Amino acid sequence: MGILEVKNINKRFGGLQALGDVNLSVKENSVHAIIGPNGAGKSTLLNCLVGKLMPDTGSVTFDGQSLLGRKPHEINQLGISRVFQTPEIFGDLTVMENVLIPCFAKRDGAFRLNALTSIAQEPDVRAKAEQMLIDVNMIDKRHMQGSSLSRGDKRRLEMAMCLAQDPRLLLLDEPTAGMARADTNNTIDLLKEIHEKRDITMAIIEHDMHVVFSLADRITVLAQGTPLVEDTPDNIKGHPKVKEAYLGETQQV
Amino acid sequence: MLGLNKKDATFLLIVVLLTLFTPIIMQPFAANSGLDQFNGGYPDLMQKVAIFGIFAVGFNILFGLTGYLSFGHAAFLGVGSYAAVWMFKLLTMNVIPAILLAMVVSGLLAVVIGFISLRRSGIYFSILTLAFAQMCYKLAYSVLTPITNGETGLQLALSDPRILDGTNESASLPVTNIFGLAMNSSYKVEALNRVFTFNVGFYFCGIVAILAFYIAIRLFRSPFGMMLRAVKTNQQRMNYMGLNTRPYTLAAFVISGMYAGLAGGLLAAMDPLAGADRMLWTASGEVVIMTILGGAGTLMGPVLGAGVIKYLENIFSKINESVLHSWFHWLPDGLEHAVVWVFARFTGEGWHLTLGLTFMLVVTFLPGGLVEGTRRIKSLMARLRRPKAGRTEPKADDQPSPFKKPL
Repeated sequence: MGILEVKNINKRFGGLQALGDVNLSVKENSVHAIIGPNGAGKSTLLNCLVGKLMPDTGSVTFDGQSLLGRKPHEINQLGISRVFQTPEIFGDLTVMENVLIPCFAKRDGAFRLNALTSIAQEPDVRAKAEQMLIDVNMIDKRHMQGSSLSRGDKRRLEMAMCLAQDPRLLLLDEPTAGMARADTNNTIDLLKEIHEKRDITMAIIEHDMHVVFSLADRITVLAQGTPLVEDTPDNIKGHPKVKEAYLGETQQV
Repeated sequence: MLGLNKKDATFLLIVVLLTLFTPIIMQPFAANSGLDQFNGGYPDLMQKVAIFGIFAVGFNILFGLTGYLSFGHAAFLGVGSYAAVWMFKLLTMNVIPAILLAMVVSGLLAVVIGFISLRRSGIYFSILTLAFAQMCYKLAYSVLTPITNGETGLQLALSDPRILDGTNESASLPVTNIFGLAMNSSYKVEALNRVFTFNVGFYFCGIVAILAFYIAIRLFRSPFGMMLRAVKTNQQRMNYMGLNTRPYTLAAFVISGMYAGLAGGLLAAMDPLAGADRMLWTASGEVVIMTILGGAGTLMGPVLGAGVIKYLENIFSKINESVLHSWFHWLPDGLEHAVVWVFARFTGEGWHLTLGLTFMLVVTFLPGGLVEGTRRIKSLMARLRRPKAGRTEPKADDQPSPFKKPL
């Protein structure tokens, strides 16, 4: 029984069957990669998990609780954090403030009218945020504005923001999309470190085979909205069905 | 001090001192100097600056922090005025219950309007708030005439009950007061060839404005204020960070609505009559202009904007053609008429043209408002003072961020 259980979910957009009878089980403390060619339904699946889309049929449970019909912030409060394809951070705020927000959200819940205390008077929250920035090597940049960071730093910052919430499950939507090789390797190392240090379960959607095979314990291959195979990386590499449907002739692993 | 850091405390102290000495500061020209008409140290203007300062500071909590541009804030101003006048009619001429009721009623109205309008953002939100404000304006003239007294406006009458004040024997209307101290009483000092007017009403407004300003500083520096700025930047991230944006925006809307109600209540406290004109969309537009002119999202900006606009409005509308003729009488006749004609378009009735031009210039060249202007002048002065000194690196630790918004 995995921490995240997806059972028979279907999603239609008009005439297009985006997801058809998708089953997925993410085991606790594993790194589960979901791969597939463009249009395979990876992002639709992710959006169904975080409450952005509502699947037509089927069930999604996290740690025994159904996620269907819950709003994104409620799902997040259960312990699921999401990293976006393009880093979503607070561009007008400083790096420090960016991390302070999830720290406050973790402590105070979805809403609290703490309008008459000053941030300076919250040493616990500040200490936690600083620790997070140290963990991702960004403490030097804490006074910089979010929007002035480089793409790689934005990704690190977003990661720090997600980790500040002590999530149980981290969803990553193509965390290395559009990155240079060096940045990609840095991100892989960062993710590995996070996984080893914190025992966070991760579900990664990824295009880059290098990333997938360096990180994942288990891989699900999606094609045209249905799961093709689910297996360990070693078995996936040589799987004839995967080669045919996804890797094609051009890309060799 | 008072839960503020040193910089904010100094800043608040400056505001307090400025408020205390406003009657002197705004009377810079001697009585017979010919520049007398540029003096702004009379009670009516000083009260308006303080009151509209409160209005703009409150508006800035919504617009400056969350980025939601409301075009209907005048509704809260008007409702606050009506509520206050009703308090004067029914309960007492003391202003305290009146402004408290004004805040409560406008806060309740803000909950209703905000609950519906905040379902949309951007231009749709602006239009919804505008529609609500115009609805309030129309209702005040039609269905709600028993409460608002329609076009005449709500006024005091000798026959009003005023339960707490006891019976009124005199034939004249009572005046608003605070525990017996009349709002319209003034203490005049003649010195340095000037008349300084220390008015009770102004000092009352000033103290309330300082309180309102202090609360706004606390709010800006609080986690709640940070959340509001986060709402402006990235709502999606807020949601995926486990935060519900709706209560945050609604709370900001209600708080700024109550600030507007407080301003409306004070307007009524200074001059106890309320008309529906206060809810017209131009009044909503005025506070938007004040905030943007001064600098949205900054603490001082809205107050500065309110002060500048109210001062210019009073001064410019007083300059009529005969004043202009007296200025340019030394010119040859034909030229004098031409010059006076041109200037008359921008003064008196035409002062809105000046306001429009100023606004255009500020928005085009100083998008951050007057506050950005003063900051630019400051950095220019600093550069001129030490032209060859290398750039000083900020200390890594306690130095505030170079990107942090100015006061």
